[in-house]
Amino acid sequence: MPEQRVVDADYLLLEAPRERKFITGAQAMAEAVKRANVDIAIAYPITPQSEVMHLVGDLWAQGYLKDYYRAEEEYGAMSAIAGAVRGGARAFSATSGPGLLRGLEAIASWPGHRIPAVLGVLTRVVNAPLSIQPDNVEIAYLLHSGVVVLHAENQQDVFDFTLASFVISEKVDVYIPIAVCTEGFFVTHAKGYVHMTPEDMKLPPRDPYKAPVPPTDCEIPPARIQRDAPVQKSNFMSYLIHAVWQQEVWASNIRAMKYIYKYLGGPIEVVNPDAEVFIVASGCAAAQGREAVRYAQLEGLNVGLVKVKSIRPFPEKEIRQVLSKAKAVIVPEHNIVGWLAKEVKAVIPNNDIVIGGPRVYGGMTLPVELIMEKVYDAFGIKKAKKVVV
Amino acid sequence: MGLEYVRISPGFEKYMPKDYVDLVQYGQFGREVDVQQLGQFKELVEEHPMCAGCFMAYFIRIFYAALPKPEDTIVIGTAGCARLALSQAAVPFIYGNYGDTNAVASGLKRALSIRFPDKVKDVVVIAGDGGLIDIGFGMTMHSWFRREKFTTIMVDNEVYGNTGGQESGMSPKGVQLKMAPKGKQFDKINAVELAKTAGCVYVAKLAPTNPKRIAKTVRRAILAARHFGPTFIHAYTSCNIEYSIPTEKVLEDARKREKQDFGFYEWMTDEVKEFFEEIERKPEEVKA
Ligand SMILES: Cc1ncc(C[n+]2csc(CCOP(=O)(O)OP(=O)(O)O)c2C)c(N)n1
Ligand code: SF4
Repeated sequence: MPEQRVVDADYLLLEAPRERKFITGAQAMAEAVKRANVDIAIAYPITPQSEVMHLVGDLWAQGYLKDYYRAEEEYGAMSAIAGAVRGGARAFSATSGPGLLRGLEAIASWPGHRIPAVLGVLTRVVNAPLSIQPDNVEIAYLLHSGVVVLHAENQQDVFDFTLASFVISEKVDVYIPIAVCTEGFFVTHAKGYVHMTPEDMKLPPRDPYKAPVPPTDCEIPPARIQRDAPVQKSNFMSYLIHAVWQQEVWASNIRAMKYIYKYLGGPIEVVNPDAEVFIVASGCAAAQGREAVRYAQLEGLNVGLVKVKSIRPFPEKEIRQVLSKAKAVIVPEHNIVGWLAKEVKAVIPNNDIVIGGPRVYGGMTLPVELIMEKVYDAFGIKKAKKVVV
Repeated sequence: MGLEYVRISPGFEKYMPKDYVDLVQYGQFGREVDVQQLGQFKELVEEHPMCAGCFMAYFIRIFYAALPKPEDTIVIGTAGCARLALSQAAVPFIYGNYGDTNAVASGLKRALSIRFPDKVKDVVVIAGDGGLIDIGFGMTMHSWFRREKFTTIMVDNEVYGNTGGQESGMSPKGVQLKMAPKGKQFDKINAVELAKTAGCVYVAKLAPTNPKRIAKTVRRAILAARHFGPTFIHAYTSCNIEYSIPTEKVLEDARKREKQDFGFYEWMTDEVKEFFEEIERKPEEVKA
């Protein structure tokens, strides 16, 4: 392994030279972990996540991490992450679909415990009939946990989002975990070009004393949340403590936004801001949305794209602003519930312009043709064979 | 860090709560106390909201007095009665989700070993029978299989006290409890044998009738975990509420159970045995 020199986080993320590699999404996530100066990673296998944690295990074997083990199951893995982070370590894990749901009780308690961990969520089907296929319905379950949720479109995003997440989650005014989601297989097992920071540079180590809730390491007096049993004494004050703490967690989630601007160029990317019809999409649906915009341009249709990178905090005002003059909004998704369409509808005043769909699930691809059908509908175009291709 | 974090910043002595000043001046931080002197030093846990006469609360009190190095100890608990007292003690306490103690302790202990490779930091789990042997069973067992270096103490009241009296895997066969309306259908799980099989290096079972012996067992379990691997104490700590044991009969009940099925039992690996033979000859080293 090359000697790694600690460099300033801003330098590493924003200025360091980058090298172009053709790698899978799983490799991109592991490469980010390699540069993140992670102390401990805890793994439990589930397809399509396993590839990421195999590679991270190899990093430990090479000496990049100080500890790594295969946990007994996801609940154990996510609880152990909570223990490790409370002990002051920088920690990473990743999971998929049913594994996320199994670990969810622990994950949902991370923000309240002020756990700045990074969790890779390499999405897959969760509902029966069981399948290992890509589908991102699991993100819907994460949205109300307090965790910052980023959704990567491609291998480059996976690298950038993961590396930046370690920095953002440890900002003292954030200090909650970040989930970096992307579609299993479509991104994790497919290759793309990734511009990566040098292998011989890494982030500064975690400073657990620069924290709103310091670690439990017997070096400093314990903080109150660590001393208190859950808030269930029968008096009004105690209930208020839960309310106050939860509000602070969600305020921290919102405070992550300024760092999402700083390190990831903002929570959304807009293509063709003057469009009449917009496709709003996240994850690899955004890649298909991008293609649809290209097709539409070939046909002379004024279509734009809003790629949503940050699902929590949700870019409410940014989306409201971009869509203020839109005639129609198409939200293609890789899940049946349409969680993104609901999020978009909730933040714009004239939400009857939102067309929920197309939606595919359980391993189906999202052909551009399906999106184009909605585009033609939005423009009132009727033709027998509509798609250019 | 040792005693640094319990020291009062100079100049602030007279502004600190009296309780805290007493703890620093007359407590057991940095010095060895004998449980027989209880009442003569400021204890790590004094007030707590457990039921009057609860034997689990008594055990927890002795547990704290027995800690070999309270200033460098972290206690981990879970949903259940024990955490009501654990969270009121002057030792850092982590409360996760119900049943996850041994997974949290695994991560914590490893993080502390990474960050403080040359320092002693003791991690102790104290949880109920439901927390450790029912919902947390897999995590308890696997922390032992993985040879994690911390102590697990099961405060076994043979019932889910905190949710109002449901049967647990540790309730005796036949006993009628909530959610076992026809009586429990299977035997008490043999946690001690499981612990031995799963790789604990020191295992003890007791009814807390003799404070000196509890203290010695706790201390041994913690020291063995510090140096060799996982350790386990199975303590009978009756629930006087759910088993309708009058407060004044709690000790009598414990003595009865001691004769029946909770006779003192201690097992350790040869390596641990040698270690104790060595250090217990020179008592000052036990504190180290
Ligand atoms: C996931 C989950 N399931 C159930 C509960 C409810 N619960 C809280 S304490 C408890 C039982 C505690 O029993 P035990 O562990 O034996 O401890 P005791 O209260 O008897 O000391 C249960 C079931 C919970 N907190 N979390
Ligand atoms: S319910 Fe039982 S175990 Fe719980 S505090 Fe009361 S007496 Fe103790």
